[in-house]
Order: sequence, then structure tokens, then C-alpha cells
Amino acid sequence: MSKPRDENADNQAGSNRPKLALHVPEPRYRPGDTVDFSDLQISKAGDQPRPDETAEASETYPLCNDLIRVLGDDDKAHGPWDPRLDADTLRAMLREMALVRAFDNRMYRAQRQGKTSFYMKCTGEEATSVCATHALAGDDMIFPSYRQQGCLIARGYALTEMINQIYSNKADKLKGRQLPIMYCSKRLSFFSISGNLATQLPQATGFAMASASKGDSRIAATWVGEGSTAEGDFHSAMTFATVYNAPVIFNIINNQWAISSFSGFAGAERATFAARAIGYGIAGLRVDGNDPLAVFAAERWAADRARANGGPTLIEHFTYRAEGHSTSDDPSAYRSAEEQNEWPLGDPVNRLKKHLIALGEWSEDQQEAMDAELDAEVRKAMKEAEKNGILGHGLHHPFHTMFEDVFEELPWHLEEQAAQAIRERQIKFPEDPAE
Amino acid sequence: MTDMTTDTAAKTPEAGKATGNVKHMNMIEAINSALDNMLERDDDVILLGEDIGYFGGVFRCTAGLQEKYGKTRVFDTPISECGIIGVAVGMGAYGLRPVPEIQFADYIYPGLDQLVSEAARLRYRSAAEFIAPMTVRSPFGGGIFGGQTHSQSPESIFTHVSGLKTVIPSTPYDAKGLLISCIEDNDPVIFFEPKRIYNGPFDGFYDKPAKSWKGFDEAQVPEDYYKIPLGKARTVTEGDALTILAYGTMVHVVESVTRAKGVNAEILDLRTLVPLDIEAIEASVEKTGRCLIVHEATRTSGFGAELSAMVQERCFYHLEAPIERVTGFDTPYPHSLEWAYFPGPVRIGEAIDKLLSE
Repeated sequence: MSKPRDENADNQAGSNRPKLALHVPEPRYRPGDTVDFSDLQISKAGDQPRPDETAEASETYPLCNDLIRVLGDDDKAHGPWDPRLDADTLRAMLREMALVRAFDNRMYRAQRQGKTSFYMKCTGEEATSVCATHALAGDDMIFPSYRQQGCLIARGYALTEMINQIYSNKADKLKGRQLPIMYCSKRLSFFSISGNLATQLPQATGFAMASASKGDSRIAATWVGEGSTAEGDFHSAMTFATVYNAPVIFNIINNQWAISSFSGFAGAERATFAARAIGYGIAGLRVDGNDPLAVFAAERWAADRARANGGPTLIEHFTYRAEGHSTSDDPSAYRSAEEQNEWPLGDPVNRLKKHLIALGEWSEDQQEAMDAELDAEVRKAMKEAEKNGILGHGLHHPFHTMFEDVFEELPWHLEEQAAQAIRERQIKFPEDPAE
Repeated sequence: MTDMTTDTAAKTPEAGKATGNVKHMNMIEAINSALDNMLERDDDVILLGEDIGYFGGVFRCTAGLQEKYGKTRVFDTPISECGIIGVAVGMGAYGLRPVPEIQFADYIYPGLDQLVSEAARLRYRSAAEFIAPMTVRSPFGGGIFGGQTHSQSPESIFTHVSGLKTVIPSTPYDAKGLLISCIEDNDPVIFFEPKRIYNGPFDGFYDKPAKSWKGFDEAQVPEDYYKIPLGKARTVTEGDALTILAYGTMVHVVESVTRAKGVNAEILDLRTLVPLDIEAIEASVEKTGRCLIVHEATRTSGFGAELSAMVQERCFYHLEAPIERVTGFDTPYPHSLEWAYFPGPVRIGEAIDKLLSE
């Protein structure tokens, strides 16, 4: 046994020092608490300066501790960040955000009905994917995290394809290998989603470096939650991006919660996430993530900058995860149910709708009709996908596919194991040996 | 002319395919030549790693290549293995064929998630829409007084991962031909370079003067492009007393021990651990009835355990003695006692005696 500390002569010198205290962050509100966000610093829409896209990175640094906002309480667009989009584009973004929401609602219920194992909604965060994607070129490469279904929907991916993947059925083009929502579409320049967090960040940087090394014009954009900025991959990606001035956009979706851990566990008590750009010497923007126009404007600014060889930009989208982390999560166990309603930045779908109405380009009736139409579209796609099967109901891919694509060619040991898997099935279902 | 093997070139069916000059090269020069050939042949090949650009690498494997092919194809990186492998995955997604260097195999661990969860799984999880055709080069193994952070042999960490290939050459000729095959392969490959034999074969007698590759047939390397297929072992010596499975530095050590002992061993240099040349192993063990497995890496869960299990499963009724394993000890690689750790002639000799006495 070691000696008690005070008996150890070596430690005598420290005996008068004050006791250290470990700080463990604690969110402001827990279940049952009354929520008050009134002290949150919310800048006035239109007040934030907009540097030129080719400006020195340091010109953006005041914006890392501000909040770029365009849509005001009057539902009108304000200030230099107003992207001045035409009404058709605004309606398209509104429609896609509403489609994401309708899709999320139906898929959540499908999981509860046992049609699949897992689902993740992005309620409240639709603008950060849909409107950001609108600001990119169609062939810019997207390296998503797991809550970016809005990127795929904004690029027109077929809902049936998404649902086939969610059901892991026989038409799932990923052959039932991936957890639901871990989509992939090379055709739409949407990279394969990983369940390991933040790995996509250095990959996006690498893609951007490759594109630049080839003298191409495509840039990369990647998304990550504020919680997983704590991963080493974030630091690696930022370092490589600044070193090689890579044409890449880092979107940090600060939705306040990483499962049950609030943003304080990623450092939010000390600094904004946008402010991390300052240490790397790259451009940084902090944007109201529930303001569709501000999200579009910030993303377009970063895309233009990257395309002009101005280098990377880090954008913090300040938003709120209105629902649970996933179907496996119950947020009422760790946060106040009031937070969602008290969130001072509103709901992105509602804000864009009211803006279009204020412009005289939309109405509540049209919105209602569109919502009904979108829900019908989702239900139709579900029916279509269900013809190909739902999870665990036999309509999966043949067993041999389990062994394919581990390598380009099947080595002998996988052929042997494939033969065993097929033999096991024949033993279990002798009357149905088809495989 | 060689005191190492019988005529390797004659026994290597791939030899002679390459045209043009054949030059004496040590393993570093052979690797450099492979990279040179591939940079020249394929614009999508790109080299990145710590100190590999202007300086040419701490072991000189990339010397002169930046000057020849430019800074955007051969360049230095930040000290971040996670970043090096991570950007290589992204470059592969773009369509490039990156060849990252990890300065020492001991440094590869920060990049492990990008290798195991990303590069190795990308083809599978995307149903082949995206691939990671990268070759991760890294010097490995001890015997150079590198201490515990410049001596490790972590190959079994990678052979355990589905979706990765693991390749380890033991001669300059093989190093070049295998490396070209790895770079052209559309799957991620870990290419471990046994740094103890970069400059010359090592017979295990550390107290004798070091030999260079000069005068060895295996160091006669064509300057032009040629390939040695992955998944094929090389028969170093034919024999019928016992089969010895080895790779990397240990190929040379076991060869010197068997020669010194006058044992008629059949030595297989595995060259590729995944996918393994099981046919060559089975054929040899069925012929000799005895099997010794030798690697420098630590023993527990080492690749020798896998080899031993496979030989037992497939050749049991041909075995006349229990399979023997000679490995490094289950300790970190010690600095001052590295030769006590190293599976040298005494440990190998004892195992051979035991196998032959059964």
C-alpha cells in the first residue's frame, strides 16, 4: 500500500495549495424544468456584415461569434446576406423541407410498426441540409453524416429507393448491408454514410484535394454534428484543409444535443463551434440554422469562395434537434420537454412558409394542399417499396451477396464461407433450397 | 553467386516478363522504382506522407519522385495518420489511386478507424459504388534498435479485418512486383516493408557484420514495370524434412538456420497474408508432414495462430508432429534487449529439433 499523501515528504511543498475541482458540464434544463431561453444571444436579422467571398479569412471572424440571420420577425428578408432567391426556388425549398418532414413522420411510424429496425428524423433541422444543398452545384460531392436525408431529397433521390434501403429489402441497392438511413448515391454525388462519426470530414478534405490536384471545378461539402467535432478526425480534417487550402465546406450542425449529451460536452460552454475556424486560419460563419435563407446564403458564400480557390469554410448551423436522436432514444429521459417549443429560432418550414406568404407568393391553403399531396406521395412510395419486402420478412438478397464486395474478387476463404452459409440455409429450409 | 537461395529468378514464374534493363537494387531502390513506374504509367497515382516529398522519406523510398512528378502528386503531409488515411479514402472516392506512407508501422494506430471502418468497408457498404483503392506503405519490424515504437509487427491487427489485404515482401525483386500489384489492386492493401532487410538480407546473427543485397539474385530488379500476383507464396527452398511458413525478415533468418543445421526444409515465403496461398501451404505440409510457423510479431493472436489453425484443419492426417510456432515474446519490443525478444537462430533451431525429433 502506498503511504498517505501527507506522510510523503515529497508532497509537503504542495500541502498549502488549494484543492483542484473537476468541472463536469451540466445542461441548463432537465426533465420537468421550466425553460427560459431569453438570455440566448440572438442577433437581429440583417445586421451582420457580409464580407466578399474572396476576403481574408480573418474578415469572417466577427461572424464566428455572431449569428447570420436574414428572415426577421416580420417574415421578410433583411440585410446583405439576403440571397435574393426567386419565388420558384423558395417554393422548391419549402416543398423539399416539407417532404423531408412528411417522409420522417411516415418512416418513424413504419419503424414503430415493425417494418424496420431503426430510423432517424431531422425535425427542425431540415433547412441545414435542404437549403445548403440548393446552394451547391449538383455535382459537388456531399459527405453526409446520418441526419442529411434533406440533401438526398433536395437532389431528387427517389423516395422508393430510400425506403428500400430503410427496409433492407431485396430491392435495396445496398443489398441490405447497411443500417437504415445509411444511404449512398454516387449518381447524386452523395457519399456512403458511415456509422462511425466524423470520419467523413478528412474524406471530404481528401476529395477536395483530389479535385484541386486535377484542376477540376467540383468542391466537397461535409456535415457533422456538434458532438462529434470532438473526434480527432475533425482536427485532422481541418488541419489538412487549411494546409492544402482545400475546396471544402464543413457544416457543423449544432443541434444542441448528441443523444443525451448537451453541446457543453463538445466545448460549447467555452466557445462557439464556428470559432474553431479561427485557430485553423480558415473562414468561419455562424448562421441561424432555422433560417432557410441564411443557410442558403452562407453555404453559397462558402461554395463560391472554395470554387475561386479561396479555400475551406467552417459553418456552424445553430439549430435545435426537435425530436429524439433516433427511434432508439427517448429524450424525455434527459431534457426538458419545453425546450422544443421555447426554442427562440422557430421552425424552418414554418418560417419559409410565412416568408412566402408575406411575399404574396404562397398561402395557408396551398400549404395545406401541398402537405396532403406530399404525405400521399410518401405513402405511395412506401407501398411501392413494401412490394420488395420489409426487414426480416424473407425478401432479402441471396446469401451469396453477403460475401460479395468484401473484395473486388471473392478469395477462396470467402467462397468457402459462402458455401457454408448456403448449406446452413438448405439444412434449415430443406423444402426451399433456392439461394 | 548467391549464398541465400537457389536461383530465385528461375523459380519465379513472373521473372523475365519485364523487358529492358535489370539493375542491382536494394529493397528501398526497388520500392522507389515501383513507385516511379506507377507514377509514370497512371496519372491517378498520388503519393502522400510525412517527410516523403522534397526530402524523399526517412528511409528514402520516395527519393527524387517529387522532383520528377511534381508537388501535387508527391507531397508531405501534416503529422496525422488519421488525416493521411482519411484523405486517401476521399481521394479514392474521387477516382485517384493514393499510396500513403505511414512513417513507421508503429504510428499507424491513429489511422486505424479510417482503415478498419472506412477504407476496408467502403466497397461493401456502398455495394461497390465507392471503393478505396489505396496502398498503405509502412516500414515494420525490429532489429534496428528502434525501441518499442519503431519496431512493431502489427500485421495480425490488419489480417483480422475483413476487406483489407496484407502484403509483406522479403526481397527487392518481390517488393517491386508486389507493390505494383498492390497499387493496381482496387482494394485497400497494407504493404508492410521489413525495414531490417531494406539494405540487405538478415540471417539472424546480429553479432556478425551486416550484409548488403549486393550479389544476391533477388536484388536483380528490372527497371521496367512487372507484377507479382497477390495471394501467391514463393518457395524459397524445396525440401521434405519439414515445412517452414515465414514472411518478411524471418524468411532469411529461417533459411540461414536450416542451412547451418543442414536441414532439408521447404521454406515458403507467404508474401501475401490475406488472401493466403492456402494451396501452396497444404501441398507442402502434406508432402513434409511437419510444420513450423515463424513470425517476429508477438505470439498471442499473432498470424501464426491463424496459420496453425488452418494447417490443423486441412492437413491433420498428414501431420507427423504437432505444429510449432516461433514468434516474438508477448512483450513490447525492448530497446536494449531486442535480440532477446527477436525470434533468432536459437529459438528457431530448438523448434526445428523438436519437430524433427517427434
